[in-house]
Amino acid sequence: MERRTRALGEADQPSSLVMRFGRERPLVLDSGATIEDWQIAYQTYGTLDAKRSNAVLVCHALTGDQHAASRNPVTGKPGWWETMVGPGKPIDTDRYFVICSNVLGGCMGTTGPASTNPATGRVWGLDLPVVTIRDMVRAQAALVDALGIETLFCVAGGSMGGMQVLEWAASYPQRVFCALPIATAARHSSQNIAFHEVGRQAVMADPEWNGGRYLELGTNPKKGLAVARMAAHITYMSEEGLHRKFGRELQNREKIAFGFDADFQVESYLRHQGLTFVDRFDANSYLYVTRAMDYFDLAADAGGRLAQVFRGTATRFCIVSFTSDWLFPTEESKAVVRALNAAGASVSFVEIESDRGHDAFLLDEPEMFATIRGFLSSAAAARGIA
Amino acid sequence: MAVTPLPKDAFGARVDLVAIAELVAPGARVLDVGCGDGDLLKLLEETRGVDGRGIELSQKGVNECVARGLSVIQGNADTDLVDYPDDAFDYVILSQTIQATGHPRQVLEQMLRIGRSAIVSFPNFGHWSVRASLGFLGRMPVTRNLPYSWYDTPNIHFCTIRDFVALCEDVGATIDKAVALNASGARMTLNAPWWFWNLFGQQAVFLLNR
Repeated sequence: MERRTRALGEADQPSSLVMRFGRERPLVLDSGATIEDWQIAYQTYGTLDAKRSNAVLVCHALTGDQHAASRNPVTGKPGWWETMVGPGKPIDTDRYFVICSNVLGGCMGTTGPASTNPATGRVWGLDLPVVTIRDMVRAQAALVDALGIETLFCVAGGSMGGMQVLEWAASYPQRVFCALPIATAARHSSQNIAFHEVGRQAVMADPEWNGGRYLELGTNPKKGLAVARMAAHITYMSEEGLHRKFGRELQNREKIAFGFDADFQVESYLRHQGLTFVDRFDANSYLYVTRAMDYFDLAADAGGRLAQVFRGTATRFCIVSFTSDWLFPTEESKAVVRALNAAGASVSFVEIESDRGHDAFLLDEPEMFATIRGFLSSAAAARGIA
Repeated sequence: MAVTPLPKDAFGARVDLVAIAELVAPGARVLDVGCGDGDLLKLLEETRGVDGRGIELSQKGVNECVARGLSVIQGNADTDLVDYPDDAFDYVILSQTIQATGHPRQVLEQMLRIGRSAIVSFPNFGHWSVRASLGFLGRMPVTRNLPYSWYDTPNIHFCTIRDFVALCEDVGATIDKAVALNASGARMTLNAPWWFWNLFGQQAVFLLNR
């Protein structure tokens, strides 16, 4: 229970840095709604140079947070992208000033459904307007403004983070020198929306969800959220990777038990993934953030013509996908590459050979590191970063 | 793709790449199909100030290119050229790669659609040494420039200079310039007839227009 208490505390009073915006700087959302008195929690790593030219914005995925390269205050675990971000790492904090913020709708200190609504003094819950990927990027842009940074050297991220990268490049092309979208897509596919819907239904079917008012009522829809996480977790791995890891191995037993306990290691693993998730993540946040991904369709306003979205862009792109990622398959990345080529943009693209599925972007993938290191170094040279 | 070792000039650049670079106008937009580790794109950026892009099949080649600051995508000449819009480039270059493509004719047609001009360089299978190997020894040639045995070669569509000229006619391309290099990498006489080039040219470079 202690972890959950810590997690709930982070929603309003994050142990990271936080930027607060008052009524003079409301956030106008895609839905037409406005959020006044909002905040964005963030971490920084490295030093901003005198010309303010070396800032890298790292965007996190669905259940990530601002602790990309620092110990997580809730779980006590290392940052979620320490393989990528740090001194001497591909996103080298000896050279770059790295910013990572919690997304709008999140539960680690940026305004989200678990935050207190300053207007009422009560938890936002489902009263919070539905947010989009573009709204998340608007919030990040306000933070970047407040930090006095005009142009970001790079915006980088995987999965939902990659959606934010593409949105940044589309919404603020002159503020993004180079863009690094990894294992992502320009729109959420029907299959992916379907998986998210299963997760949301699991949360909302839990009686302890109480129409989203569980924080006020002192209940916790952990069973529903755990099931949502279990289902989602399967989509982050490849069949091959899952089988290599667990096969049909039994969990702490010699033979099958003819019952519904976790006979198989893979069951036990998924249950563990579900259980550890519910302590650190807010169920309503899960609804909001999955919804934001579902609504993402970068070309929607351009009549479906993605190339139109990137017309005239001077941003340099490096797009990365993984062979075994069936959640955001290579074909989705190639659609973005095709559009950027049609727009005459500068684009590099690599498909990394890996059997670790969608999660590969978070793992030790030397080819990915080599590509990103090279791309950033050459872009840094072009921008005059020491 | 299938890059063969070729003589270098006094500055260390491969002579066939220099021959290509001399056909490219300064500041042009260029797509190098099968760009390998990016040597030609780098040469074109440095000597011609081009705005260059590349396509390369191998992960290793793409990584090397990206690390050199080149804009290169992992892809395949046979399948990925269709994704580019008409007139996207001033030049589309296929250097030492046409013989390794699955459908050379389609690749050439796509190049002429995407680019205002196409530049193609290839090893000449009509060279006397190749003919000698086949004619006198009765064996598929394995030479310094064509080092693969027939059963493991990536080069599945060899052609002679005359074959290539015929293909250009078939697809309606006009030959703007043609250069042949002999075994030591020297340019061959400009006004020599095709049969002479076809016999003594080891490499050929063609500049084509629609």
